[in-house]
Amino acid sequence: MKPYSYQRAEDVDGAVAALVEQPNAKFLAGGTNLVDLMKLGVEEPDALVDVRRLTSDHVEDLDDGGLRIGAAVPNSVLAADRKIRTRYPALSQALLAGASGQLRNLATTGGNLLQRTRCVYWQDVTTPCNKREPGSGCSAIEGHNKNHAILGASEHCVATHPSDMAVAMYALDAFVVVHGPDGERRFPIEELHRLPGDEPQRDTTLEHGELITAVDLPPLDLAANSKYRKVRERASYAFALVSVAAALDVEDGVVRDVRIALGGVAHKPWRATKAEEALRGEPANEANFHAAADIELEDAQPLRDNAFKIPLARNIIARTLLDLSEER
Amino acid sequence: MDAEITLHVDGAEHRLTVDTRTTLLDALREHLEIISPKKGCDHGQCGACTVLLDGRRANSCLALAVAHDGTEIVTAGGLAENGDLHPMQRSFIEHDGFQCGYCTPGQIVSAVGMLEEVRAGWPSHVTEDLNVEEIVLDDDEIRERMSGNLCRCAAYANIVPAIREGSER
Repeated sequence: MKPYSYQRAEDVDGAVAALVEQPNAKFLAGGTNLVDLMKLGVEEPDALVDVRRLTSDHVEDLDDGGLRIGAAVPNSVLAADRKIRTRYPALSQALLAGASGQLRNLATTGGNLLQRTRCVYWQDVTTPCNKREPGSGCSAIEGHNKNHAILGASEHCVATHPSDMAVAMYALDAFVVVHGPDGERRFPIEELHRLPGDEPQRDTTLEHGELITAVDLPPLDLAANSKYRKVRERASYAFALVSVAAALDVEDGVVRDVRIALGGVAHKPWRATKAEEALRGEPANEANFHAAADIELEDAQPLRDNAFKIPLARNIIARTLLDLSEER
Repeated sequence: MDAEITLHVDGAEHRLTVDTRTTLLDALREHLEIISPKKGCDHGQCGACTVLLDGRRANSCLALAVAHDGTEIVTAGGLAENGDLHPMQRSFIEHDGFQCGYCTPGQIVSAVGMLEEVRAGWPSHVTEDLNVEEIVLDDDEIRERMSGNLCRCAAYANIVPAIREGSER
């Protein structure tokens, strides 16, 4: 591992300033992904600025009836939070479907959002990868790409975002609170992650020195009727092939409102807005759920090894919505 | 680059100088010669390095020593009290919950940390009712909650009953 300096800032502003001063510095929180990538030689920062003790590690009520999750809240604590379990169950379920008990204790909310892809070529410094080394080529497009993207990919990168937690947050209309050199900004979580386009090295829209300090969950009545479903190759402790987070409000058999997000299919958690639009005002039944999923997946472009993700996504969208309409 | 840190391990305080790249696992094993946490994969996938950090189980191979300055650490070697093995250790012996034994310290520390999570009412992926007040630790719950600890001898058939009985003591 390349040598680096380690520093712990006094406060958030100090951490931001420390990063701004050092172009090749990185924030360190739980370290479960970053330390691993440093061992692999994929990440090679000159300096680590430890932020784990700087941001809140609590879940707090917001005046608007929503919740603010401090960036340092461990994944395990967030999953077990009573308010999250009751009011945003899909988020608890997503967290519990990810990683292992040990990792969830170390990993933080902010760090989970910023974890990097698990594309095997990105993690292997002996292979070309546009995300790791722009312009070197993508080994996955013609390689083993069973785990790769079917939506929103580019000729430069077909990697997927690995987070379960983020998929639920996309479905729940979360906001991200960020502190940077120019102060604080708060924006919809959908604007955090990017599609690869011709800059696959950039996972997010954050500028160097911007630090996630919190995630806000807005008050959302239908979130209490939400669910996360994940399909993977083992029963536990594996990344998603495809996952879905959904929330549903049905009245007199008609879809009043719905939220759907997909994991394992794109470079970012995929908010299925086309499917949502197709469903609002329509009868809540299996045929309509399948039809809405088909609309969302119309643009899907499978690679050699991952065409199975299209029917898989279609089926788990429909199954999850069906479960939610029956549970209500 | 070096850093001076203090670690509280199994009740004893240690001051040491480590390279900033040193993981907690390497600090324990190589600097302090506390070798009950094992290095299996060194990538957070096998759980052999599991220790309790301020009471919570964690992979010490992914924790940087310098970032855990001042932390209270419990390893498998520190579970025994006054020479008496921890009930979970005794249960593993009675149920023959291992073959080669390399993953065992991590399994046992992980199980001890896991029981605290159960007592705190934390649900798991297989908990039917997310809002349940009291977790019933059946075999499915044990398997799910222990999925971060791999045993390549596949002694799971004895590990699960060892933990089940160890949890009742």
